Amino acid sequence: MSPRRRRRRRIVTALSAALLMACCVCPAAGAAARSHADFIQVQNDVMCVACHEPLAVAQSPEAFSERAYIRQLIAQGLTRTQIEKNLVANYGPAVLAKPPAEGFNLVIYILPPAVLAIGIAFLLYTLPKWRRSTRVTAGAPLPGAAGPLDPEDDRRLREDLARRA
Amino acid sequence: MRRFVLPGLIVMAAVALLALLAFGVSGQNSGSSIDSQVARGTFPTAPDAHLALPVLGSHQTRSLADYRGQVVVLNVFASWCDPCRAEAPILADAERSLRTQHATILGVTYLDNTSASEAFVRQEHITYPVLRDVSGNFVRSFGATGVPETFVINRQGRIQAVRRFQLDTTWLKQTLPSILSARS
Repeated sequence: MSPRRRRRRRIVTALSAALLMACCVCPAAGAAARSHADFIQVQNDVMCVACHEPLAVAQSPEAFSERAYIRQLIAQGLTRTQIEKNLVANYGPAVLAKPPAEGFNLVIYILPPAVLAIGIAFLLYTLPKWRRSTRVTAGAPLPGAAGPLDPEDDRRLREDLARRA
Repeated sequence: MRRFVLPGLIVMAAVALLALLAFGVSGQNSGSSIDSQVARGTFPTAPDAHLALPVLGSHQTRSLADYRGQVVVLNVFASWCDPCRAEAPILADAERSLRTQHATILGVTYLDNTSASEAFVRQEHITYPVLRDVSGNFVRSFGATGVPETFVINRQGRIQAVRRFQLDTTWLKQTLPSILSARS
């Protein structure tokens, strides 16, 4: 076997071993992290319904009760979606940090992009006009400034300058 | 004509935002209007009387209209609320005497999960019916913004007394006799 081929085989073996190790280690590490991550994620996705604050920062008695209930649901092995459905069934849609896009809630989904679009349209409409007027102003003579010299004045100016030089 | 387009759009946007604000603010006034009507003695009809709510610990639903003809002490509570826990024995006691006078206490859990509410009912030996207001729409129609809150509804289905915080025995003794003795 040529040295080049041997080196290639060594690289392939090392890569395969690394991949195998990653496959073995990652699910275990992921599973260990998942229960904790799930609680944080669910907490970030829901509101304290009594104090109208994100649950992650709320410190009311209701928030503590809600957290305890979420921990119960996680302990039952429910997925994030199932937990969110369960929370809606118990606390209503107001528990979700992002309310469902229906009815009056549509306003929060429509209004910000609409305002952004109107802002962009406003800039697209006004900026070219503004730049055009700036260009025109830049090319125009300053107020009070004299026009170009007539040939006679120009000749006299040159003569004066030559005398002083 | 073109120079009016931009100011027109800005005015329209401002009007739309003001309308949105007015719509939001208009939904906040039911509580104070109920309180002021009760204080004036013009007892308002209990809102959403026909709204069916699930009964805690059962698959049935009930509405306030099911209790028409009875005096109903409507108590809004949540298991995590300490004042609700403090007033629960008073209400459980009152229920025993109310039962003989064609009256009842009707609990409504709000901002609470089912299992915690059920545990609360067990721990506090509550025997009166308890409804779950998951969306909070029923409770909000009474202008409730927190827990506990109590409303006494007379036999005609009108709100005759309101307590926006923890009740005590004295308040019940002062409030209920005249409502109970009134003819239907």
